[in-house]
Amino acid sequence: MDINFTPQDEAFRAEVRAFIEENQPHHLKGVRRGEYRNKEDFLAWQRTLYKKGWLVPSWPAPYNQLKWTPTQKYIWGEECARAETPMILPFGVSMVGPVIYTFGTEEQKAKHIPGILSGDVWWCQGYSEPGAGSDLASLKTTAVRDGDDYIVNGQKTWTTLAQFADWIFVLARTDKNAKAQEGISFLLVDMKTPGITVKPIITMDGGHEVNEVWFDNVRVPVANRIHEENKGWTCAKFLLSHERAGIAGVARSKRAISRLKDMLAMEIIDGDKLIDDPDFEKKIAELEIDLTALEYTELRTLASEQAGKGPGLESSILKIKGTEIQQRITELVMEGVGYYALPYSDPLAHNEFAPGPAYAEGAVQNYANMRKTSIYGGSNEIQRNIIAKMVLGL
Amino acid sequence: MDFSFTEEQTLLRNSVQKFIQNAYDFETRRKVSKSDAGWRKEIYGQFAEMGLLGVAIPEDFGGLGGSAVDTMIIAEEFGRGLVIEPWLQNAVIAAGILKAAGSTAQKEELLASIAAGESIFAFAYAEPQGRYNLADLVTTAKKSGDGYVLNGHKAVVLGAPFADKLIVTARTSGGQRDADGVTIFVVDKGAKGVSTRDYPTVDGSRASEVTFENVSVGADAVIGEVGKGLATVELVADQAIAALASESTGAMKVLNDTTIEYAKTRKQFGTPIGKFQVLQHRMVDMFMNYEQSVSIAYMVTLKLEEEEAERKKAASAAKVQIGKAGRFIGQSAVQIHGGMGMTDELNVGHYFKRLTMIDTLFGNVDHHLKRYASLG
Repeated sequence: MDINFTPQDEAFRAEVRAFIEENQPHHLKGVRRGEYRNKEDFLAWQRTLYKKGWLVPSWPAPYNQLKWTPTQKYIWGEECARAETPMILPFGVSMVGPVIYTFGTEEQKAKHIPGILSGDVWWCQGYSEPGAGSDLASLKTTAVRDGDDYIVNGQKTWTTLAQFADWIFVLARTDKNAKAQEGISFLLVDMKTPGITVKPIITMDGGHEVNEVWFDNVRVPVANRIHEENKGWTCAKFLLSHERAGIAGVARSKRAISRLKDMLAMEIIDGDKLIDDPDFEKKIAELEIDLTALEYTELRTLASEQAGKGPGLESSILKIKGTEIQQRITELVMEGVGYYALPYSDPLAHNEFAPGPAYAEGAVQNYANMRKTSIYGGSNEIQRNIIAKMVLGL
Repeated sequence: MDFSFTEEQTLLRNSVQKFIQNAYDFETRRKVSKSDAGWRKEIYGQFAEMGLLGVAIPEDFGGLGGSAVDTMIIAEEFGRGLVIEPWLQNAVIAAGILKAAGSTAQKEELLASIAAGESIFAFAYAEPQGRYNLADLVTTAKKSGDGYVLNGHKAVVLGAPFADKLIVTARTSGGQRDADGVTIFVVDKGAKGVSTRDYPTVDGSRASEVTFENVSVGADAVIGEVGKGLATVELVADQAIAALASESTGAMKVLNDTTIEYAKTRKQFGTPIGKFQVLQHRMVDMFMNYEQSVSIAYMVTLKLEEEEAERKKAASAAKVQIGKAGRFIGQSAVQIHGGMGMTDELNVGHYFKRLTMIDTLFGNVDHHLKRYASLG
């Protein structure tokens, strides 16, 4: 057993750290995604990495020339989190892109992959429906064959950033009579197709991250179907299990705790720094310890992958523990700022008067927004069911 | 041992409930919260007509002459309705301060005015550096002739945008955190040197940052004894905590009821999600947290007139209980509602935010655990 990185790993770390420092969009450092001002804020870092050839280290050739080991990819993720680079939008690069290069035809790959990588084509995910949340397979959006097209009707919801999207990948029912998972197809749809309407869903923190996407007799070429008809669930399952690296968010949480401690050193309680308050010290210590345990669970997963053994059973807890820790951090930030947690700041009104210290701004809103992490991506209840069934055999 | 309500109290509850149902449905509340004004003055006027502002003001001074239990009943129903208008700041806090420490002249002049909804007060006590310490004051009141000159900055003054009068705590003597030297003043919001910057709060209401720059007030602006105001402030803070405890149970009940209803009707995997044992147990835990909070709201309300240490312990116990329960119930309601619980459109998020806000007012769980423990 050895928990130290090799000298080569450390040299790699130094190299990527220097690149990040020189090239990251510094104006976005530590800025919450809900406060980005325009599309370019979302895409700036992706464009830089694409030019460098470092955008998709997990993709196969010919799209990716890097031969980074799982450890190196891990270090890369750590360094990006430490530097607070923007998160790369996952919908193209981590979701539909891998589905297309795995299940798509050469034509489909040629048509869509370049735009996914360059960021010129913005993708969103048409999965959930009002009646199909945890039970995604019960989805009702239909795709009825009409010559060389499908006619798509239905409603998708919780579609993240659809308001900016150029294309959407959609799970739709192509066979109403088959068993739920066996009648679904995976379709790529141009958001400019007539019949598509995007309606904003405002979340309780006041932000506009998600949307409803309505399909009213939308004509989608059969050529836009990935993989065989009625085999879309295979693509969906592949997408869900693929590229889960970083799901624990350990490095990002470490950075968030570091910011929390900086803040607590500025917050005064009865003349002393809140960071020195014994009660708060204990709460931070517990949180850091919880995160350390998760960090090593992730490293075990990594080591297992490095040895070619697949991620291992312990990887299933990464989403649950990772999101619970993320949420706990937002609780402590809120507790740390006292009364100045209470002013509401509109995420999109950048010049508005914000009372109190800058570090207090949006503390409750961020706490409220992050309640989503235990709900999305497979709720933590569903994740526990999966572990019970698939890992513990119950 | 009697926890029953009198017929009068039941009538009071029913009338407030009906009022909320008619005038304060959730969609209306949302609209009002987002409007420029942020409140409805005419609703506040109806509070006055119904006697709700003067509920605990003696009849001699224009009130209903009710008790803390009547206050508790109104608070709970207002919690159910997510009421924005500054009833707490006036019926409980301003009235409480005047009752405890006001001169007869001040009581005569101001209590009836509060009960009639004519003078609307906000309580400017917290400061940027003070966190939850009511005695941590750098706002000063320097003697000037017969009166005083106030200088300072009050933080997150709830309801100040709706108010025309302020009750202000300032230091007339002593060190920054000394118990001695705290004085309570009444100040017109429009007085020369008073400036406010209004903003919305996370629960959909409004607050201001209030600054005092050489604000002159007369000797008659002092409420109670100069330099001896802290005991009154602490008393009334505890009275406010009792009202908040009850308000929070109103909000908790709405969340619990809507969550159970949702779980019974929302179907996934061919069955209502309320059939899943994990969620059932979660809703049971929500229920237990609610009932414990109701119990503690009763306890603190009934202990408000005990001697200081016992009253403070009761208030701190209540604040801890509702802080923890409010967080658990709020988070659980959102979680069980799934994506819907995250929306601005559904009421769940709004109750979640109000419970979160209540946790911070007059000291959070950490603060009150410390205070409770220090009282032995």
